[in-house]
Amino acid sequence: MELVAYAAFFLTIALTYAIICLGLNVQWGQTGLFNVGIAGFVGLGAYVSAALTTPDAAERIGGFGLPIALGWLAAMVAGGSLALAVGLLTLRMRSDYLAITTFGIAVALQLVFQNTESLTGGAFGMAFIPRPFSGLQGEAFAFNGLNLLLTAAVVLVCYLLLEHLLRSPWGRALRAVREDEVAAQALGKNPVLLRIQAFALGGAIMALAGAVQAHFIGFIAPGNYLPMMTFQVWAMLIVGGSGNNRGAILGAVLVWAIWALSGALISEVFPADQQARAASLQIVIIGVMLCVILLWRPQGILPEVRSVSRHLGRRNKDIQS
Amino acid sequence: MNPQAIIDGLIAGSTIGLGAIGLTLTYSILRFANFTHGDFLAWGAYLTLTVAGILGGLAAGLGAPVYPFSFGWGLPLAMFGGVALTVALTLGLDRILFGKLRARGADAIIIVMASFGASMALRSLLEFIFTAKPAYFTKALQIAKPLGLGMRATPDQLLVIGLTAALVVALHLLVTRSATGRAMRAVSENPSLAGVYGVNVDNVIRVTWIIGAGLACIAGVMAGLLVQIRPYMGFDLLLPLFSAAILGGIGSIPGAMLGGLIIGLAEAFAVQIVGAEWRAAISFVILVLVLMLRPQGLFGQKGA
Repeated sequence: MELVAYAAFFLTIALTYAIICLGLNVQWGQTGLFNVGIAGFVGLGAYVSAALTTPDAAERIGGFGLPIALGWLAAMVAGGSLALAVGLLTLRMRSDYLAITTFGIAVALQLVFQNTESLTGGAFGMAFIPRPFSGLQGEAFAFNGLNLLLTAAVVLVCYLLLEHLLRSPWGRALRAVREDEVAAQALGKNPVLLRIQAFALGGAIMALAGAVQAHFIGFIAPGNYLPMMTFQVWAMLIVGGSGNNRGAILGAVLVWAIWALSGALISEVFPADQQARAASLQIVIIGVMLCVILLWRPQGILPEVRSVSRHLGRRNKDIQS
Repeated sequence: MNPQAIIDGLIAGSTIGLGAIGLTLTYSILRFANFTHGDFLAWGAYLTLTVAGILGGLAAGLGAPVYPFSFGWGLPLAMFGGVALTVALTLGLDRILFGKLRARGADAIIIVMASFGASMALRSLLEFIFTAKPAYFTKALQIAKPLGLGMRATPDQLLVIGLTAALVVALHLLVTRSATGRAMRAVSENPSLAGVYGVNVDNVIRVTWIIGAGLACIAGVMAGLLVQIRPYMGFDLLLPLFSAAILGGIGSIPGAMLGGLIIGLAEAFAVQIVGAEWRAAISFVILVLVLMLRPQGLFGQKGA
């Protein structure tokens, strides 16, 4: 029974990463936009939602005790707006300026989480974030199971929505811009506008993931949103297969499993005083894995399914070849 | 306003500038934003520290401080070894990772991503080998001497500023006056055309890594000497490095140096106004301002 509860807990966390991965897939997989500040967007979502839904606290501003759903919605608006601003600033320029700017965003947001004690609780973070189904907290099985279902439902909604969008004319235009910007432009598509839209949509989904995660765990601190997280999510998408939404979900669960297992292994094998040091080996493993996949199997486990239009059904294949 | 901020800013700016020169060169010649560059600084500092430890074991006299500095002859000697090892590290990384991707004709952004992965791995490897505990080149304490106008600096700090100036002048002459420099500029303008005209592109790439890694190692040693050596020191410098390179204009050596000094000074003054905890945000603010107002940078060409 305990094992089942743990499995549900593990899967729920993995699925929150799957949501982030789906957001990144819109930005990178479909549009080719390199976001190095994922942790910043996820953290923003978590903090915005937490500030709105936590009960009133004397030591900081915020704490409106609003319902969780409103927090999620606000997180999406915040993440989308931030991504929109970044997009407007950099998407006209060469592609790696976006990478550098998003990297800066994550660093700057990390400082805000750390230093504005009156808003974010500073280094101590924010506690008492309302958890869904908190009435059942005593019964680990029911509580974890219901939260797993809820998170899985969010993943499913995101997945279906994105699949629908990406098969729509808008999605086709996105891929056209990614593959050949000049040709897309010649057909009357506006590449900058399409990129900004995709970037904002991805940012909103990442922030939603941050909010879902924060409410499931019930506590957030600046240390949760380090560049490490950005890096894990990238590894997930690249391993799973960028451009493929199912690949994004699979990669998230797989890499999170590798992460959790290697963490458990390290705490078994190494003595307590060496564990912090050995934990850095975990990161080396993921970093090397990312480079190896880029070198040997850049398409990931589940490669992108090439399709021209869903109305063509099977005939898509004939057109490709 | 405390005039001491000028000295503090120049010193931090020297490190940032030297690092940014390497970054701007790889950016304009290899055509990708290299996220591992910050870690080259950290690796340079740790490699030099290791060589210095070995040298100190061979000849104990090398560690004795040479007046007026806080370190002995061992450190400059070890820095030669550190530079050689850092160069070997970057050339090795280029051979097994970046060069392979380049040969396959991979998109610039894929190479950026690979550099991001490699940076995480390199940094964590440092943490594993040397632990997160800070290390120091020297235990000697130095008294800052008054320079007038209410400014003070230690002999070490003045040496760092002087060494930076000498390196920048030498490098500027190399790039503007020598055949190698001409070849580098040709490749940064147009690699395939330069190849057609008989420029050895592989050689130019190698020279770029050597200069970038050498300067990164020296910058890392300077930061290690004046502050401390930590596995994350390079990562913390990454955003200032990028901001300095973009502020100066990608590909411009004087621009990168000037950009570094501006960022260093801005950080030093801002720390006095808004507090040290916001230091890391300064380079981000400058980056955003440059992208909004003058995306090509101070010395960059339009449309770059």
